[in-house]
Amino acid sequence: MNLATLFGTLQTKFGKQVESMHAEHGDEAYIFLGDPNIRPITEYLRGELQARLVSVFAEDRRSREGVFFNYYVFEQRGDTQFLIVRAPVPAADPRFPSLSAELPAVNWQEREIQDWFGLTAVGHPNPRRVALHDNWPDVHPLRKDFPIDTVLPPFEGERHIYRPALGEGVLQVPVGPVHAGTIEPGHFSFAVAGEPILYLQLRMFYTHKGTEKLFEKLPIHKAVFLAESISGDSSFSHGTAFCQAIERAAEIEVPSDALIMRTVLLELERLCNHVADIGAIATDVGFVVANAHASRLKEMLLAANEQLAGNRLLRGMVCIGGVRRAWGAWQVELLRVAIDAFTREFRDLVALINSSESTRDRLEHTGILKPEIARDLGIVGVGGRASGIDLDVRRDHPYAAYRHLSFKVPVYQVGDVWHRMQVRIDEVQESISMIREAASRNLSGQFRVPVPPIPPNRCALSAVEGWRGEIIHWIRTGSDNRLERCKIKDPSLNNWPALVEAVQGNIIADFPVINKSFNLSYSGTDR
Amino acid sequence: MFKILQKTIRTGIVTTTYPSKPARISDHFRGRPSFDFEKWQDARPAADECPTGAISWRDTDDSRKVTVDYGLCVFCGLCAEASPDQAVKITKEFELATADRGSLILTAEYTLNADGTHRKLSAVSHGRVNADSDVQSVGAKARETIQKLLGRSLSIREVDAGSCNGCELEIVALNNPIYDIERFGIHFVASPRHADMLLVTGPVTRNMELALLKTYRAMPEPKLVVAVGACGISGGIFGENYASLGGVDKVLPVDVYIPGCPPRPQALLQGILLAVGRLREKRYDEHPSR
Repeated sequence: MNLATLFGTLQTKFGKQVESMHAEHGDEAYIFLGDPNIRPITEYLRGELQARLVSVFAEDRRSREGVFFNYYVFEQRGDTQFLIVRAPVPAADPRFPSLSAELPAVNWQEREIQDWFGLTAVGHPNPRRVALHDNWPDVHPLRKDFPIDTVLPPFEGERHIYRPALGEGVLQVPVGPVHAGTIEPGHFSFAVAGEPILYLQLRMFYTHKGTEKLFEKLPIHKAVFLAESISGDSSFSHGTAFCQAIERAAEIEVPSDALIMRTVLLELERLCNHVADIGAIATDVGFVVANAHASRLKEMLLAANEQLAGNRLLRGMVCIGGVRRAWGAWQVELLRVAIDAFTREFRDLVALINSSESTRDRLEHTGILKPEIARDLGIVGVGGRASGIDLDVRRDHPYAAYRHLSFKVPVYQVGDVWHRMQVRIDEVQESISMIREAASRNLSGQFRVPVPPIPPNRCALSAVEGWRGEIIHWIRTGSDNRLERCKIKDPSLNNWPALVEAVQGNIIADFPVINKSFNLSYSGTDR
Repeated sequence: MFKILQKTIRTGIVTTTYPSKPARISDHFRGRPSFDFEKWQDARPAADECPTGAISWRDTDDSRKVTVDYGLCVFCGLCAEASPDQAVKITKEFELATADRGSLILTAEYTLNADGTHRKLSAVSHGRVNADSDVQSVGAKARETIQKLLGRSLSIREVDAGSCNGCELEIVALNNPIYDIERFGIHFVASPRHADMLLVTGPVTRNMELALLKTYRAMPEPKLVVAVGACGISGGIFGENYASLGGVDKVLPVDVYIPGCPPRPQALLQGILLAVGRLREKRYDEHPSR
């Protein structure tokens, strides 16, 4: 359905509720509602148009427009448009209807709005706090009248009440927030009966560090570095998503060579993380030799990263208007050599893993996430594609140079650890061929354009397929080279509940490998 | 099994010779920005670009005090790009770990021209965070005793007190065959009860403060604390806000600071070995420790 038809249909169906509609930046269609009642239009978009609800977030516009706004971002299969429905939430009666009961995917997102903006999700099946821990005073940090440097009373410990799991022989096993390995903090409460896990409860947001609020304080060019620190292993993806958002808002045209370089670096980031995860999955079932090779392979790529970007994690390379440095011919040659060496070694690594019957035995049928559950929970990225969710921003909403590259999106239906690893293996092959194709171009052209003053009060949405999955940044620019609002959605936020489903019935000893097969970001979730 | 062995033998030894030999690092690596204070005509453009405020200045009448804090630096290189006089250069130096937070801070004082550019450099000095020299010498002695006890073998408990996970990636790399920290008798352990050293990444969030404190208290004496990365040292780009307390030393006594964003594995290695007295601090021109 083209946009004019869609707008026409929405006008006919929802009449007065739709105040206005307009398109921006080519593929963002904004639909402004006159009241908070999002239900009818959501039912229509999800039902008749089979649209997927990508993200839900809020904005405090009381000082300018007297209301809060909730935004609901939808996408339709086969259409590059994002449909962004905006519903006002009155400041005097800050309540909005919850969609979580029918749509578990928005459970945490609606509760974030409750915690951060003080709006009530009416009818939410579990309206407890999620982003602010239970001992936090009654504050709503993303409200404009909450200063970022507010000093709160010291943390006195969580008084979070976990759901009890009762029954003969049922035990609760608390784990975290400080975990046994060198990983990020979070609390897992397992209910087990003997070996099998009955139920897992998650407590996240230990690393909440005020990131979205901080985006409103930093000058825009400095905020690029904050974007790189949203989730350390996705520095380049988040950095690119942020720069793209600004570029869309300010209508900056990025030179084509810079788009190719970004694509190469995005794929290098994917390779680094996928090969590390493949090794880590092998480690978690005791196949340590495979991990030794995998981490050696990752080091090969990190060395290339450093040659290309000056930093092993690709930090300080992406910038608004392009990339910060040109590549000499020798750097492109070095990349080609590194990718050739990596390709050979990766083939050996996969053969090594495939030759180990015991590894396969531990990974198959372990941690199954069923496709129908994945769909209800709105699972994205690697975890989704292993469970039949055929989504990939690179194909569905092409950015950087992806529209010029050919690649396949691997999708499996089984949803076990083995297939989450298989998705990674397949994607590594695709990334290799994409990098080869991109690096074969002549990259001696312009790599960056000057950035004009960023105009105020422009909104833009940017999507990037990070190695984990769909990354969404939505911004509203402000005056004085600052942002009014920056919404960050890391794919991890959607995907944590998948872990809860995937571990059920598995033994606790398999939890690490199931967790690793999703490898979600705590910092990206907690922000 | 045969294939596994064959692959291992064919691969050979991949472990780095660092620190017995200097690290082999790409020419493009962005390490410590070095400042030629004599030559520097204006600190303001660099300070304007610096994302974390690692470079800052304050004017009084016709003089300016410029402060450079490597503990806040994320090694982005924007200061060098913003200083056309070549007074700021990006070097490959990464061995910046130090026991003295103050040695990471440089202060230069200038007299000013009418247009606000520097006329003349009047002084360069190091910051002193722990100004009390008695406290420092007691600290140094205590550290020596600890180093004697722990020097040859060390168990590390890592705590992410709120980081973006970048530092964790590099810490995990210490266990890979390239950096292989176990060759020094150093292990990462699961329980703080088994640990001699707490390796902490930050910024310390409000939600992690208590967990960090409890982990520290669970460790047996004597114990060392190492703060990792710009955020661990100072809060980095997150700084202090409603949800972030800033650097690790806001909560715990810190023995060694390892700058970087994130510090590369060799930098971590240097910092850890420095904390147990098996390496000395590296001295750079404008970074002469104490």
